Amino acid sequence: MDINEIIKPENLVYKKTKLFTEKPLSYCPGCGHGTTHRLILEVIEEMGIVSDTIGIAPVGCAVLAYEFMDIDMQQAAHGRAPALATAVKRLMPNKFVFTYQGDGDLAAIGTAETIHACNRGENITMIFINNGIYGMTGGQMAPTTLPGMKTSTSPFGRDVRIMGNPLKITELLANLPGTYYVTRQAVHTPNAVRKAKKAIRNAFEYQKLNKGVSFVEVVSNCNSGWKMTPNDANKWMEENMFPFYPLGDIKVPQLEKA
Amino acid sequence: MGDLKLMKGNEAVAEAAIRAGVDGYFGYPITPQSEVLEHLMANKPYETTGMVVLQAESEVAAINMVYGGASCGRMVMTSSSSPGISLKQEGISYLAGSELPALIVNVVRGGPGLGDIQPSQGDYFQATKGGGHGDYRMYVLAPSSVQEMYDFVKIAFDKAFKYRNPSMILSDGAIGQMMEKVEISEQTPRRTPEEIEKQCPWATVGKPTNRQRNIITSLYLDPYVQEKHVLKIKAKYERMQKEDVLYEKIKCDDAEYILVAYGSSARIAQKTVDIARKQGIKLGLFRPITLFPFPSKELFEVSKHLKGALAVELSTGQMVEDVKLAVECKIPVYHFGRYGGVIHTPVEIFNEFKSKFLGGI
Ligand SMILES: Cc1ncc(C[n+]2csc(CCOP(=O)(O)OP(=O)(O)O)c2C)c(N)n1
Ligand code: SF4
Repeated sequence: MDINEIIKPENLVYKKTKLFTEKPLSYCPGCGHGTTHRLILEVIEEMGIVSDTIGIAPVGCAVLAYEFMDIDMQQAAHGRAPALATAVKRLMPNKFVFTYQGDGDLAAIGTAETIHACNRGENITMIFINNGIYGMTGGQMAPTTLPGMKTSTSPFGRDVRIMGNPLKITELLANLPGTYYVTRQAVHTPNAVRKAKKAIRNAFEYQKLNKGVSFVEVVSNCNSGWKMTPNDANKWMEENMFPFYPLGDIKVPQLEKA
Repeated sequence: MGDLKLMKGNEAVAEAAIRAGVDGYFGYPITPQSEVLEHLMANKPYETTGMVVLQAESEVAAINMVYGGASCGRMVMTSSSSPGISLKQEGISYLAGSELPALIVNVVRGGPGLGDIQPSQGDYFQATKGGGHGDYRMYVLAPSSVQEMYDFVKIAFDKAFKYRNPSMILSDGAIGQMMEKVEISEQTPRRTPEEIEKQCPWATVGKPTNRQRNIITSLYLDPYVQEKHVLKIKAKYERMQKEDVLYEKIKCDDAEYILVAYGSSARIAQKTVDIARKQGIKLGLFRPITLFPFPSKELFEVSKHLKGALAVELSTGQMVEDVKLAVECKIPVYHFGRYGGVIHTPVEIFNEFKSKFLGGI
């Protein structure tokens, strides 16, 4: 059979969102960053809000997010994306604004900006990739590194007596009056991807209500930093990360609950 | 002529920002500049011009809010005093690296460290030589009156947009706190989103179908690309030197000696010139108004017929280095400073001048 006989609209089960640029992703194969990018872009495409969306890239593995996303984007200093997003949204209240940040970016160096943007109730979406490690700089300990977890700066495992405790920043943010929607998702299985996409869609939709921050944590793997194959990393994530960072909604708008 | 108002230097900055049609101000309290944010909050421009005013959680957050706003082509600014300006340095470097227009006002106080809250000019190096990391400069204006605090806001923004580079107003606790009459300009309306997109086609405001996406970044991982980027930025500084130097010459034409001073020091030095002239001594004052670009060529021209120059500044010797470079060792240049928040008296400067050039008091 000729290949052109197969490439027909009725046979199409999956396509690349046109909001992905042609640039090959710089992420390690199996890394959750690429999948999460796709979900964000699909949501923007499906909502038809390209011309109204401004994204803020972090410092971290996703520093080059603007190379892959065919939307207007700003690259922030390490940890400061929520400050940029605050100004962008306040200066252009009718636009959709999102930050995309890793755990070092959002929960260590940028903790103050994160908490205050959330507490002020900025009408932005924050996408938080929690892989328990500093991927970009070569696998150092992150604020979210699990107790006992080995990284290049906790080579014998995170000893909480010396290195402090992991920070459940998402639970903390859910307690602030300025967050409207807080959820924790994953993107390692088709089912998780479907749920995560719905959460990201909700997060963007909620921006229309002007009720505060919509926050989506994605518990993700860092197979390179964890020094595992992608499959092993996903398994390790299910067995170790999920018990500590349980998936599901943490704060849902009151209206929806009723 | 516009309305006259009696106001503090800091209030003049705030009022000028509103009147110039600034889109956003982001700041954090610190003495001696808190009146900027206070004046803005008291006047509620968000209800009149629609200007966004926000007290940030820190100077770091404030400068990064400026970065976000500037990335949208908006006229945005922040103000602070020395310790807070140190905290902003990474953000300022990013602004320069990403070629963003913005205004930063530094109402300098005594240092180093927490120092004190009195006037100082100890942040000259930080303001004129980069301040943050990497190879960049700001366009730096030094007001010496409350009127100039007002007027320089507009000039600073004009140059920031002309060059797509951050501008700084380098003031000090004296100019920020003192009250003088100020001529207030007419209200300039804020630019419409359409005007902004026309003026700043690079702005990240959401990608329409008829253009490529806009990206604001300072990241160029390939060193050869980064080098090109630095050269592009360098060319702006060379152009500033050619086109946008500002300075003032007071009684320099027949002078045998000059004082070189900026900002509040220049006001005091001007009194010294009066004292000297009364005694028949031909002393003049050269006042750099732009500290970067420094008026080197202009100072060199003036120095040709001089016997010597005394740099007067509230620091241990910072601007004096630029004075020496400008006159190329053709005349002797000395430095006279007061430090840590103490200011010179005109007589003190006169005595120093005499001891250096006229052989004793
Ligand atoms: C001010 C500053 N400090 C440190 C760095 C170095 N740095 C770059 S990325 C990074 C950590 C990123 O980790 P994370 O936010 O968890 O993102 P990931 O790479 O894991 O996606 C660090 C420390 C920097 N670029 N800037
Ligand atoms: S280093 Fe880790 S976080 Fe970065 S791309 Fe690779 S797997 Fe993903």
